[in-house]
Amino acid sequence: MTGHEHSQVEVHHKEGFIRKYIFSTDHKTIAKQYLITGIIWGFIGMILSWFMRLQLAYPNQPIPLLEKILGGWAEGGILKPEFYTALITMHGTIMVFFLLTAGLSGTFSNYLIPLQIGARDMAFPVLNMLSYWVFFAASVVMLISFFVQTGPAGAGWTMYPPLSALKNAVPGSGFGTTLWLISMALFIVSSLLGALNYITTTLNYRTKGMSMGRLPITVWGMFVTAILGLLSFPVLLAGAVMLIFDREFGTSFFVPSGLVLGGQPVPHEGGNPILWQHLFWFLGHPEVYIVLLPAVSIVGEVLATNSRKPLFAYKICVGAIIGIGALSMIVWGHHMYVSGMNPILGEIFVVTTLAISFPTAILIFNYLVTVWRGSLRFTPGMLFALGFLGLFIPGALTGAFLATAPVDIQLHDTYFVVAHFHFTMATAAAFGMFAGVYHWFPKMFGRMMNDKLGKIHFWGTFIGVYLIFFPMFFQGIAGVPRRYYSFTEYNFTSQFIGLNKFITIAAFIAGAAQFIFLFNFFWSMFKGPKADKNPWKANTLEWQADSPPPHGNWGPELPVVYRGPYEYSVPGAEEDYIPQTASIKVEAK
Amino acid sequence: MTQEVIFEQEKILKSPWGGGKSPFGVSREKFTMWIFILSDAFTFGGLLAGYGALRASLPSWPSRLEIFSAFPFINAKLPLLFVSIMTFILICSSLTMALAVDAGKRMDKKGVIKYLLLTIGGGFLFLLCQAYEWGHLIHEGARLTSNPWGVPLFSASFFVITGFHGSHVLSGVIVLIIMAIRVAKGIYDKRGSYEGVEVAGLYWHFVDLVWVFIFAFFYLL
Ligand code: HEM
Ligand SMILES: [Cu+2]
Repeated sequence: MTGHEHSQVEVHHKEGFIRKYIFSTDHKTIAKQYLITGIIWGFIGMILSWFMRLQLAYPNQPIPLLEKILGGWAEGGILKPEFYTALITMHGTIMVFFLLTAGLSGTFSNYLIPLQIGARDMAFPVLNMLSYWVFFAASVVMLISFFVQTGPAGAGWTMYPPLSALKNAVPGSGFGTTLWLISMALFIVSSLLGALNYITTTLNYRTKGMSMGRLPITVWGMFVTAILGLLSFPVLLAGAVMLIFDREFGTSFFVPSGLVLGGQPVPHEGGNPILWQHLFWFLGHPEVYIVLLPAVSIVGEVLATNSRKPLFAYKICVGAIIGIGALSMIVWGHHMYVSGMNPILGEIFVVTTLAISFPTAILIFNYLVTVWRGSLRFTPGMLFALGFLGLFIPGALTGAFLATAPVDIQLHDTYFVVAHFHFTMATAAAFGMFAGVYHWFPKMFGRMMNDKLGKIHFWGTFIGVYLIFFPMFFQGIAGVPRRYYSFTEYNFTSQFIGLNKFITIAAFIAGAAQFIFLFNFFWSMFKGPKADKNPWKANTLEWQADSPPPHGNWGPELPVVYRGPYEYSVPGAEEDYIPQTASIKVEAK
Repeated sequence: MTQEVIFEQEKILKSPWGGGKSPFGVSREKFTMWIFILSDAFTFGGLLAGYGALRASLPSWPSRLEIFSAFPFINAKLPLLFVSIMTFILICSSLTMALAVDAGKRMDKKGVIKYLLLTIGGGFLFLLCQAYEWGHLIHEGARLTSNPWGVPLFSASFFVITGFHGSHVLSGVIVLIIMAIRVAKGIYDKRGSYEGVEVAGLYWHFVDLVWVFIFAFFYLL
């Protein structure tokens, strides 16, 4: 029972279409399901952002096409304010949770953990399948909320009460928020099932010789991510339970006394909206690392492989990832400096938050040294990995500004924050995901993606997102608040109308580049040139399996590991890479 | 050089963390139950911390000695006696659970069934007691939104926290019933190991432990 019942699994058996592609328990199929669902969500989220950008660039100007697409939400071609807030809410929720949590972790934890540790599947394949389908149900519920009459939730992805706790606070506070909460509850269940599997598989199912010190950095990233999810999502669940009671049964966990809504006093008394902020950010901050760590670890793997150099200071990189994970659980208060918390407590959060910059910086410097003087191969995956560095570094540097409470009091809730997290989390993590898709596509689908289209996609996206988000730092410093519907009323905001138009155009260009990716992805899946086992000449185990690997991944025998994952360009070796399965004799010299 | 490398590899293969086995020497089921419990502990932690924060921010909190003083069929005020008995029942059921696991280690099928049934009985009794307590409070006028003793959040947090815990007890009882049936069918005898019972037992102990915290933080403090 301890670990290796899978080795007895017979390797080939025929399955029907439904077992093979829909209710499959094969971790590779589940990974693809997560990937494709994630891509669909990514496009939905992106299109929502276009509507927001149109509003910001052309406030109060009728755009007839909008009415055609959105109907009552844009009567006369002008977006309604309450739909604008619903847009920011859904955009944030979709991108953070559905694309960059489920889509990213779901895809790569599922795909890479068993393959890279030399297992045949996850510890609990059926739970794994359930995890996807519960996520799918969460997706359906979230999609339905677009079609309820009062519109989807509108309190922001952070769901602060009282907007989220009182059903008639804003239109989106009604049924839309109820559906949001149901969807997120399902999402939490799905992520729990996933995390249990990822952790148990990583610890119990490593093949012989795959000690923790020989795990590829990707597996470490996914592993720490799973632990973070395991410990922080339940706290959001606790908050969500209380919020549901506030909404449906009239309790007042989060609703303070003395609120007046539409001239009517609200009957609730005694609650505390700040409590929600604590519970939310106890998840919310680890969540940003749940998004980041898979991406950053994918980037490490792709950089090392394509620099033909060992990952610099592997052990320190692992330590940094663990350190980031641990520290990320005790910094949540930095989102709440202006919410009236005790200044001494705030000061403590300043210290912990600045402390987290250290492991982050160490990791990034290690990556830079890895690339330094390597023999770089500019595959699309590599470009996206380098692009990740180019985006993450300005993002993380501005984090230090925000972490300092006195500075944050000025910058909080401005476009500076929007720029910060779009650099660190949004685009950087998306670049990590793209790097992963380009890098492992040949393994996943047995075909190569088109290199030229990949490069065009990269440059369009990289330049595009820089043009979109970099100017927002300046807007934020000038005091432009985030989550506002229109910026025409004040001079200090309306001075940026021209810049807003420019950003919107950049958003459409960067968006158009994503369609190149979409085409490349699906076209290559069927028409791309066949990939051989190890097109990148990489060391990790998955490249020893067929492309795509069969059900059960390995032949009758599980692979045995003899060395670490990053022995690239070892002096004296015959080739510039030594697979982890190469037994000792190869190195003898 | 070659020698050293071979030595290194042998060291890794021998180490519990060297792959090919579980580093803790436990099955996937047991390990997963551990980490599930860890996760669930954070859910309760969130609820209890939220309750604590709210309570600390309120000027007054009703006296539990007054409120929890009823006892079925007895017309006297017996502060906290009933809930203490509930707690005692649950702790006893933890004990019988441990005995069931122990019997399983000895492959004593009859013993396992006996102690499992006792544990199920304890859980069931606890749920009955809780139903009585809820019914009594509701009868006295406690609702989610208000109660006769003071701040509305008192009854709200009472119902939400004990309800959330009660649903855990209920699912525990259901799991134990399933286990008892499986034991009776001889599934674990065939497997040669009663580990499944042990895993269910872990969950049961956890649920009991959480109750001790609720008892301490809600009723006593
Ligand atoms: C490296 C050091 C980092 C520091 C010191 C830092 C600090 C901060 C601070 C203080 C805020 C709050 C700003 C405010 O609301 O006034 C913030 C917001 C945010 N950060 Fe970071 N951050 C860092 C890295 C990251 C990373 C790596 C991610 C994601 C992967 C991230 C994602 C976010 C998000 C999403 C928000 C905004 C949440 C919202 O209000 O909607 N940050 N950051
Ligand atoms: Cu944060």
